[in-house]
Amino acid sequence: MSSKSVQQLDRVVIRFAGDSGDGMQLTGDRFTSETAALGNDLSTLPNFPAEIRAPQGTLPGVSSFQLHFADHDVLTPGDAPDVLVAMNPAALKANLRDLPRGATVIANTDEFTKRNLAKVGYDQSPLEDGSLESWHVHPVALTSITVEALAGFRGLSRKEKERAKNMFALGLLSWMYHRPTQGTEQFLKSKFGAHPEVLEANLAALRAGLNYGETTEDFSVSYEIAPARMAAGEYRNVTGNMALAYGLVSAAHRAGVPLVLGSYPITPASDILHTLSGLKRYGVTTMQCEDEIAGIGAALGASFGGAMGVTTTSGPGVALKSETIGLGVALELPLVVVDVQRGGPSTGLPTKTEQADLLQAMFGRNGESPVAIVAPRSPADCFDTALEAVRIATTYRTPVFVLSDGYLANGSEPWRLPSVGDLPDLTVEFATAPNAVDDDGTPVFLPFLRDEETLARPWAVPGTPGLEHRVGGIEKADRTGNISYDPDNHDHMTRLRAAKIERIAASIPDLEVDDPSGEAKVLVLGWGSTYGPIAAAVRSVRNTGANVARAHLRHLNPFPANTGEVLRRYERVVVPEMNLGQLALLLRARYLVDVRSFTRVRGLPFTTVELADAIVSATQEVTP
Amino acid sequence: MTTTDLGMPTHGSAPVDPRGGTALVPRLEEGATTLTKKDFTSDQEVRWCPGCGDYAVLAAVQGFLPDLGLRRENIVFVSGIGCSSRFPYYLDTYGMHSIHGRAPAIATGLATSRPDLSVWVVTGDGDALSIGGNHLIHALRRNVNLTILLFNNKIYGLTKGQYSPTSEVGKVTKSTPLGSVDQPFNPVSLALGAEASFVARTMDSDRKHLTSVLRAAAEHRGTALVEIYQNCPIFNDGAFELIKDRSQQEARIVPLAAGEPVRVGAEGERQVLVRRPGGGLSFVPEAEVDGLEVVVHDPGAEDPSQAFALSRLDSTAMTHVPMGIFRDVQRPTYDDQVRAQVAAAVDTAGGPATEHDLDRLIRGKDTWVVRS
Repeated sequence: MSSKSVQQLDRVVIRFAGDSGDGMQLTGDRFTSETAALGNDLSTLPNFPAEIRAPQGTLPGVSSFQLHFADHDVLTPGDAPDVLVAMNPAALKANLRDLPRGATVIANTDEFTKRNLAKVGYDQSPLEDGSLESWHVHPVALTSITVEALAGFRGLSRKEKERAKNMFALGLLSWMYHRPTQGTEQFLKSKFGAHPEVLEANLAALRAGLNYGETTEDFSVSYEIAPARMAAGEYRNVTGNMALAYGLVSAAHRAGVPLVLGSYPITPASDILHTLSGLKRYGVTTMQCEDEIAGIGAALGASFGGAMGVTTTSGPGVALKSETIGLGVALELPLVVVDVQRGGPSTGLPTKTEQADLLQAMFGRNGESPVAIVAPRSPADCFDTALEAVRIATTYRTPVFVLSDGYLANGSEPWRLPSVGDLPDLTVEFATAPNAVDDDGTPVFLPFLRDEETLARPWAVPGTPGLEHRVGGIEKADRTGNISYDPDNHDHMTRLRAAKIERIAASIPDLEVDDPSGEAKVLVLGWGSTYGPIAAAVRSVRNTGANVARAHLRHLNPFPANTGEVLRRYERVVVPEMNLGQLALLLRARYLVDVRSFTRVRGLPFTTVELADAIVSATQEVTP
Repeated sequence: MTTTDLGMPTHGSAPVDPRGGTALVPRLEEGATTLTKKDFTSDQEVRWCPGCGDYAVLAAVQGFLPDLGLRRENIVFVSGIGCSSRFPYYLDTYGMHSIHGRAPAIATGLATSRPDLSVWVVTGDGDALSIGGNHLIHALRRNVNLTILLFNNKIYGLTKGQYSPTSEVGKVTKSTPLGSVDQPFNPVSLALGAEASFVARTMDSDRKHLTSVLRAAAEHRGTALVEIYQNCPIFNDGAFELIKDRSQQEARIVPLAAGEPVRVGAEGERQVLVRRPGGGLSFVPEAEVDGLEVVVHDPGAEDPSQAFALSRLDSTAMTHVPMGIFRDVQRPTYDDQVRAQVAAAVDTAGGPATEHDLDRLIRGKDTWVVRS
């Protein structure tokens, strides 16, 4: 294809950065898709401001998309980019500190005007004052070359032509890394099919970018990254929010009940509402309600009627839903509460990630109000976690929290597609007949008579003759469910509700430990989205010859039955969390083990380097 | 408690929705034993205060439910918190005593996912208009197929006597020792402003009127809001005495009858409602109406402005209190439309989704195959 040299690489991290309106998320998505099609393993991290369009060219308006791809399994979106595409001075300034010396910068020189430089506090252009000499800088007049390449499109204004510059950038990067662009061409055709001239202009800009790499002397080397060895199967790339939505639909199908979502828009959970709203063909009912409380109310009402009621939100929404979750605990009805966590407290950091709602999920209600909690560990794992949440909710008739977060929600990774027919059978059984006899021997229905194994009460839905009954938030007498203020009954019922949640542990797998040498003294234990960074950090520490064990919790309440035993097996347990030590607090309280917290709340996933450092320190402390 | 004869309410001129409020709810088979009040009475002891207006409403509901001819297991009562919200426990149907103010939201989820149920909400002035005000107005604007019974006693009973959002200005209670300064809501005006398709007012002490309003509400497809004036003998006794007192009620109660001029007062003292040139409504003696525009009640009018004007005749002084059905119009219901969208999507796709369809969904359009 070219006389230029080609180098083989095993991994690359690229960050596309620009103004919120520059189309960086789209560019990143397309490059990801091309990369997935080539068979590399990958992980992505979109990072964008909460403002829809902050003032153009300013630091708050910078939006970025990072992609890590490799010929081996990828666990994180990468600590530091090897390549930064900076569409303007703000994008350069906001991202330069993450860029290791020696990395490549592709800068759009057209935007490095006096005015734009001044907006972000540059007196002189960093492209010209020598301040970037430690980096490998490619100045490219992205905008003007794009406009020039589109000179023939007389029906388009200059502004419209400029808008295609992200496709030029994508073309250039696709040339650099030998990405196939057919998928992007198809994508553009379906997106702009109704506007032939816009379509042709975008295709032309894409090709211009490819040709620019091919012909310009500034780019002398292109790179190949061989496909990763991945388990055989059919794959797609998926974000956490999409996987979660698909998981809920599939779970309801396997349960044989309709899926009913009651929700209220909130970042970063809204995409689940959007996705499910488009799935009516699969029997999904979605209600965008007047507020967070109504969202969960509608879901609980649907569950009372025999549907799988689900509500989706983020931390501030959970705070509003708390009372209804408590009602769900009292009524003992299935309910799934998806909390896509973000930085808090209060409005906090709407578009940034955090894991600080664990204790809210665990304890954020009045009274003794236990609920089950599960957390996905990666974007694709959101699918399996949704299934597990529905299984627990329907089997044990309880609210179940799914603690996803902003990183999983918007991040993506290749997903080996399951076959829905092979997923676990979650068929639910509704009560259809009386379950007891009264003193006279007359058959009666006792709505709070429990299953001996699960302690779940019957799910008797309206429309079932003979099982008419009332449920409510007031304390209920054991078995009959009638109002009861009896002291001993309340004590009994409180313990029964707690015991029911504890029983879930009998149905979940033991906590698995990854300890290849069997000689590790340090265990790194995580939960939720820290899975990738922890695994990458542990791998890098092991590469130095140290022994480290690793385990990851999917179930946060109840914990797997062997959790205490695992913790006690190691001299030191390190618990990295994107909060100030919430899981650590639970583990210390529950198991009296002196676990060590390692915490960061920067709104971003852990870097492999900072985690590896913390793990190395721990290994040094225990090694005599 | 005195009894009050409000006359009989009548429907609007709009044709009754052929599908009716209970059209999709299974009915008892022809010839099957009909149900009685006893069938709708649960085994739970009723625990309201002696003399509470709630007893009369409960008796009326238990007595009238059999007339609907529905299967008992397909009737659900959902309530919030407050004295009246204990209602579901005393009815032998399906029921949920939920949390404060949220019953309309919960009932919306239930009614939307279960067209085969007759869903009732029982709430009070505090539950519906204070803590749950948001859910009430949104249920009304959506027009979910629900019947909402709003027990208005103008006081907080269960928390022992604080003023409510319908208490009059200056109300002296435990929490307002110098009198409340809040302007009260007029529930009928509020409901009309919230795009309600059915709004009525009745009173605990007129069993016949209450029953017939409830029947009209149950037959209405969409959200029907029925405000029920209800006496709290403990914390606000006599709140409605001016219109319950036989010597005064005829001069104060304005019975709303579709197609009839709006009148008040006994024979000989009768006054008729007229529209003044500026648009305002006022009562004039019957003998003086010549040449004036007499207001004829039309609950079926698309334009709610006359119904709203009628609702404004009411005031804290209870000089004139309209009773009956203010508005009864048809418009598409939220739950019917939500279900129709799902049903159409399923039909267009050729029937309910199979595992194969779901496999195709999750595959998306952009996949690749890794071979071992």
